[in-house]
Amino acid sequence: MIIDFAIIAAKAFLVLFMVLNLAGVLGWIERKGSALIQDRIGANRASIFGFAGMGLVNTLIADPIKFLFKEDFIPATGDRLLHTLAPCLALFPALVTFAVIPFGDVLVLGGREINLQVANLNIGVLYIFAMASLGVYGIVIGAWASNNKFSLLGGVRGAAQMISYEIAMGLSVMGVLMVYGTLEPQQMVRAQGELLGGWLPAWGFFRQPVAFLLFFTAAVAETKRIPFDVPEGESEIVAGYHTEYSGGKFLMFFAGEFAEIVTAAGLVTTLFFGGWQVPWLMRDGFHFPWGGAIVLSPLAVTVLQVAAFTLKVVFFCWLQILLRWSLPRFRYDQVMRLGWKMLLPVALVNVVVTAVWIVLRERLSNP
Amino acid sequence: MILFLILAALSIVSSLLVICPRSVVRNAMALAATLFFVAVLFVTLDAPMVGALQVLVYAGAIMILILFVIMLLNPAALEARPVAWGMTGSLAAVALLLELVAIFFYRPSSAEQPSVTVGFGGPEALAQSLFTDFVLPFEIASVLLLVAIIGAVALAKREG
Repeated sequence: MIIDFAIIAAKAFLVLFMVLNLAGVLGWIERKGSALIQDRIGANRASIFGFAGMGLVNTLIADPIKFLFKEDFIPATGDRLLHTLAPCLALFPALVTFAVIPFGDVLVLGGREINLQVANLNIGVLYIFAMASLGVYGIVIGAWASNNKFSLLGGVRGAAQMISYEIAMGLSVMGVLMVYGTLEPQQMVRAQGELLGGWLPAWGFFRQPVAFLLFFTAAVAETKRIPFDVPEGESEIVAGYHTEYSGGKFLMFFAGEFAEIVTAAGLVTTLFFGGWQVPWLMRDGFHFPWGGAIVLSPLAVTVLQVAAFTLKVVFFCWLQILLRWSLPRFRYDQVMRLGWKMLLPVALVNVVVTAVWIVLRERLSNP
Repeated sequence: MILFLILAALSIVSSLLVICPRSVVRNAMALAATLFFVAVLFVTLDAPMVGALQVLVYAGAIMILILFVIMLLNPAALEARPVAWGMTGSLAAVALLLELVAIFFYRPSSAEQPSVTVGFGGPEALAQSLFTDFVLPFEIASVLLLVAIIGAVALAKREG
């Protein structure tokens, strides 16, 4: 009983720890990566006792200290309570979504089976969308509580954008759900362990490529970053919904944004890139399609799976940072047109085509 | 039981906050919090699907649209005016209250209480009953939504 409780607490702590730390590291990667793309040097001022060599560690410590010691400014005519509540509302959904994302298969340790997933819900994907839909509150409430016209404009834009892309996002996943026939992320990842034609891993990307493009576009739009950063739009509305935020509260918005990137990467990995699956890795080791096998112990297999999941997540985080620093911003009407007139119809067509394909295949296999 | 008491207290307090303070945005936030706590209550009652849908549809979409309208219209600047159909609304509220009181005093015998089966409240069970036993009410509700959408578009067109 106590051990079970401890295992759950340890898993929850581990996932929160990893997401928050990856978010912090991403803050550094973003600064250094953008410098690389723009041919600059980037953050190199943080040195401890004259030692600037450990750029990552120094910046990781220096950034939060800088934020936390700045003045926490609340506009005199704003709403104090809601102004404080908004950053929490922005950070909360990004952190809890990861609870249903499996980061490994069942780990057998001392005769005890540990499912490497914080919460196994039979409505997993719906939970993800429910929590993601709450992410808008942070922006809308923060914008309104600031009592600033630029903030308000950013908040209204953010609300419209996030609701629009949530619909496209939900519909794009429908095809994937139909293919796997389940809402549980762990079962979806298991289903992606099969092989198509005996050699190609049955990852969601290979079965539903259109859905992947739609989902990834919508997920990037949900993180409110370039090319979809109209709620912030520095050149138009100062800094949008967080214009009036400083210090620790701004840090929370900032961390929430990076946690959203990590969550989006985790979702894309789970739904479309096999989650913790390594191609041709079964429970007892590798079985290559061209013959031959490598036998591995169960513990080694689990370690490989968790490493594969982490690697995929980091890859998609990096891809999002690359997108952010290489694309220009969409205009507001272009964002709306892309969401409603392109992503939504294509997602609907994808659902219909997938449904017809599933029915036809069933008819053909047992007439 | 303790969890239920905490959740019930939270939902009652937040629903009281919906009608108490004079700031419309705070009221809207309290309503969103109420919807969220009721959704968690659904989850504790073996209906996680209903809970997730409640958060997704009500807290995540409808309340956001209400906030959107509040922010665009700035209702603080609007003056108070008498509510149309106030009498009918009050009567309906009283009828609802009476019904709730009746349910509160209704104690089903243990034989009448259906037991929770495996998969109860899950997506499969919900879809089964929705698309077989209750397919007609379900379709009527969707027609109702369609009528509402067409009505909204017609109103918007006339304004323009």
